[in-house]
Amino acid sequence: MVELTVNGQTHSVDGDPDTPLLYVLRDHLELNAAKYGCGLGQCGACTVMVDGEAIFSCVTPILLLEGRKVTTLEGLGAIEKPAPIQQAFIEEQAAQCGYCIAGMMMRAQALLQKNVRASDGEIRRALEPHLCRCGTHMRILKAVHRAAELMQAAAAKGAI
Amino acid sequence: MKRSTAIAGTAATAFVALGGAAMAFIWKPEIAPIDPSRLARFDPELVRKGANLAALGDCNTCHTAPDGQPFAGGLPLPTPVGVVYSTNITPDPDTGIGRWSEDAFRRAMREGVDRKGRYLYPAFPYDHFTLVSDADDEALYAFLMTRQPAHAAAPVNRLPFPLNQRPVLAGWNLLFLRRGPFKPDPAHDDLWNRGAYLVEGVGHCGACHTPRNLFGAEKRGEAFAGGEAEGWRAFPINASSPASVPWDADALYGYLRRGWHGLHGVARGPMAPVADNLASVPDSDVRAIAVYVASLMGEPAPERRRQGERLAADAEPFGSGGKPQSAGSQAAPPPQAAGGAGAAIYASACASCHESGRPAPYGGVNLALSTAINGETPRNLLNILLAGLPAADAVRAPIMPGFGAILTDTQIAALTSYLRSRFSAKPAWSDLPAQIREARDGEVAANPSSDARQTAATSH
Repeated sequence: MVELTVNGQTHSVDGDPDTPLLYVLRDHLELNAAKYGCGLGQCGACTVMVDGEAIFSCVTPILLLEGRKVTTLEGLGAIEKPAPIQQAFIEEQAAQCGYCIAGMMMRAQALLQKNVRASDGEIRRALEPHLCRCGTHMRILKAVHRAAELMQAAAAKGAI
Repeated sequence: MKRSTAIAGTAATAFVALGGAAMAFIWKPEIAPIDPSRLARFDPELVRKGANLAALGDCNTCHTAPDGQPFAGGLPLPTPVGVVYSTNITPDPDTGIGRWSEDAFRRAMREGVDRKGRYLYPAFPYDHFTLVSDADDEALYAFLMTRQPAHAAAPVNRLPFPLNQRPVLAGWNLLFLRRGPFKPDPAHDDLWNRGAYLVEGVGHCGACHTPRNLFGAEKRGEAFAGGEAEGWRAFPINASSPASVPWDADALYGYLRRGWHGLHGVARGPMAPVADNLASVPDSDVRAIAVYVASLMGEPAPERRRQGERLAADAEPFGSGGKPQSAGSQAAPPPQAAGGAGAAIYASACASCHESGRPAPYGGVNLALSTAINGETPRNLLNILLAGLPAADAVRAPIMPGFGAILTDTQIAALTSYLRSRFSAKPAWSDLPAQIREARDGEVAANPSSDARQTAATSH
């Protein structure tokens, strides 16, 4: 039995400590945004955040996660109330098949949480570990820039 | 009164004379500029030869900034005393070497002095390049002068006083610069001598693989005994090589030519660009380097050789390609051996790749073959654990995900200790917490030019 905190909720997971987080998210918790791509930490489709850092959930055994805060795409927002990163990806229609997109969004979210003014170069470098075989890269980049603007606008509004 | 004046006068005269002598020693004349528009045409064969020598010397590695034009300089080179920026060696007349004559180029290679007579910092390895022959300098000059000119001035070095005063380098040169030319050793054959010439000269292998003294000069008595390079350990490549399986000339040749070897793993860190460059040079030159380096390492003791053979045989079903590249990515972790937290992390996070049996270089190396785990310091292992092996630009290269974001320092210490105890016969590393902190800081410092890393640094 391992205790996991995912999207603010604590779950007791009945699984071996060496189970990859991705399997627990999808099979036990029915959080299906993170995808199984390569299983080797080489494609980025399984990316989620742990304590604000983007990590590959396919190579992260749950034994490492005691006391850590896991955030998946579901934890950012929902269809009724999308988070800025989700809003931006919808507005830019950045997904084609969509398989890589949840991972891309989580990596971008982690970057923008740390630096909402990330430059184009920084965004490109941050997203380097992510593969997209449809080729919507330009829209993905546009969406991340748009998300940054939405976040800045929201922050400005909050400040007033 | 009179006497003291006389003494003072003599002292002053002596001082001026000495100062004059020192000035004559320190002062290097400017070499007249050439008119870049009247640059001689170069024989394409000579340019090609220069291209090979430039690759053997890794000129592009230091003289190219991230995302910058090749050879246009501007890469920050962190040294223990400050940051030196590489210069523009394209033939741009104003910011590059477009006004340099071949004499000026050769003087820079031999003496570490630029065309205007200014001393260059030994981050530029003229202490090795001084061995390069006239004919090879001519070819290198032809190659560089036919590159695309780039208008790019190098940023000002960040060095403290008095090191920012270039004339102090005259003293450094007096103490540490041993001028060429290269002298072949008649006791060895041509191939060995070619290797020695390349390794000691243009290849400047010792710049990383030889430890340096307080003045930043390579220690004479400890050639190739292992050094530092940009936050990485450059392993000893002499008799004290920590490789699990002893190297021989064939293995070195394969590793240097392709960037990996099934019984040694992959060339990464600052060795990666070296292997990339060696992929393009004449086969015979890589063979020569391998022969010479193998002779530096010498024949392994019988016991070490037997141990290497044993390891190689044990690793056969894993690291050297027992299974096809397409073997499943969900290899069942081996039954968890005793070993506490470190063993549990290894079994669940590392073994699925490192015991997958997929062939080198894309399958994870069997860690019993890892030089990093067998090394004198844990630095290379920590670097790889933290940052992984990121995808390389425009070349096929192995990838490993980094675990720096998910593993706490305690977990890294447990894993590192476990790997050392399981995969090496060497004693445990001391002071892991400090080493881990240093490696984490180095992750940022290793690449000060990357704004992404600076962002990461300021946000913590």
